[in-house]
Amino acid sequence: MNTESNTRLLVDTLTARRDDFLAQWARTVGEDLRGRLSMAELGRELGELYEALLRALSAGSLDSHGEEFGETRSLLIELSRNRARQGFTPTDTARSVFALKEVLEPSLTGDADSVRAYLQFSRLLDDLGLLTSEAYLRTREEIISSQAEQLLELSTPVVKLWDGVVGVPLVGTLDSARTQVVMEKLLQTLVDTDSTHAIIDITGVPTVDTQVAQHLLKTVVAARMMGARCTISGIRPQIAQTIVALGIEFGDIPTNASLSDALRQALKEVALDAEDDVRGLL
Amino acid sequence: MKDYAAASTSTETVPVATSGDVVSMRQTVRTLAQRCGLSLVHQTKLVTAASELGRNMLVYGGGGVVRAAPVVDAGRSGVFVEFRDKGPGIADLELALTDGWTSGNGMGLGLSGAKRLVDEFDIESGPSGTTVRIVKWGR
Ligand SMILES: Nc1ncnc2c1ncn2[C@@H]1O[C@H](COP(=O)(O)OP(=O)(O)OP(=O)(O)O)[C@@H](O)[C@H]1O
Ligand SMILES: [Mg+2]
Repeated sequence: MNTESNTRLLVDTLTARRDDFLAQWARTVGEDLRGRLSMAELGRELGELYEALLRALSAGSLDSHGEEFGETRSLLIELSRNRARQGFTPTDTARSVFALKEVLEPSLTGDADSVRAYLQFSRLLDDLGLLTSEAYLRTREEIISSQAEQLLELSTPVVKLWDGVVGVPLVGTLDSARTQVVMEKLLQTLVDTDSTHAIIDITGVPTVDTQVAQHLLKTVVAARMMGARCTISGIRPQIAQTIVALGIEFGDIPTNASLSDALRQALKEVALDAEDDVRGLL
Repeated sequence: MKDYAAASTSTETVPVATSGDVVSMRQTVRTLAQRCGLSLVHQTKLVTAASELGRNMLVYGGGGVVRAAPVVDAGRSGVFVEFRDKGPGIADLELALTDGWTSGNGMGLGLSGAKRLVDEFDIESGPSGTTVRIVKWGR
């Protein structure tokens, strides 16, 4: 008994009893998912899968990693992604695949050939079921990392505080990825709002170490290159003492204990700039 | 320096393999410092030193393990933290502890700054790794 006759036997059975098997498969899975998916949608999904499986088997293959199962695999990955988004567990999804074994089981005639073919088919379904778990995990990871990115965006607001003054209230840690986002947003907002002053407020940054300091300095340099004046505010007493002990120097960058002091200072400068402009026109 | 963590029953062990681990290690050290009654300034200095040493361990030592424990000695109480990596070590300790010296593109202030931020600082380094031990005492 070789692979070829095994697959032929399977193809014959699966073709002859297609409607019967499909209906039963959909019913089993539907019960398992307790009506959390419409029967119509389920029927369509499983139908496509069934046809793809049948086509691969007809090509004479029982190797889930083989080329013949490419279509089956992509259907399963898609199914798994959809289920992940709909909130099903990876077990739910894998069981949908395994359920086809139960469907086929009663059709076993008991002769050696049919048993061997069934065992091979069931091994194939095991592999395909595991594939859905892997795809599920990958999808979850994608969802999580895209959420982390969104969070990053959300937690780095750049706001116009006043005409000509932009504020960046930083909260949390300032790593390289975050610095990049902050910097881009700050530069864009300076341009969009036609501002000349930026205040970076670090009240919400619990630890200012050399890495954070380096990132702050980089951001200030970038803003200055756009012609903006930059202030760092929100330097709490314990942070000030720590920065000094570390040996970090902010050079000629103005610093303030509070955001309101920094804003007052910036507004004064904006007003002076405006006066200069007027004088320049006369 | 004595391994205070070995003697303590409430030692916290935190593996550091990613920059996210450095953040959670910092939180562990901060919580411990608060529990041991360190002032806000002392807490901040200790956590910042831990941040520097933890990141060095990650960047130059390929990651490692941090152990933190409360210490009580001669009526004083404080926090002990050990950073141990199995990286290539520091060839010239004196140079590495010089302000502004970096082999990469840092500020070169982490090691020397951490030393200034704590009360006791002990470093051992060789080809099989680097171990830094620090203590910050409460007032
Ligand atoms: N655990 C370690 N293993 C190997 N080399 C280290 C380790 N810690 C520090 N070094 C070496 O010592 C140098 C100085 O460290 P230090 O932390 O002072 O500066 P840095 O990390 O380069 O910059 P930063 O100011 O951002 O901390 C490093 O550039 C590195 O070459
Ligand atoms: Mg460093």
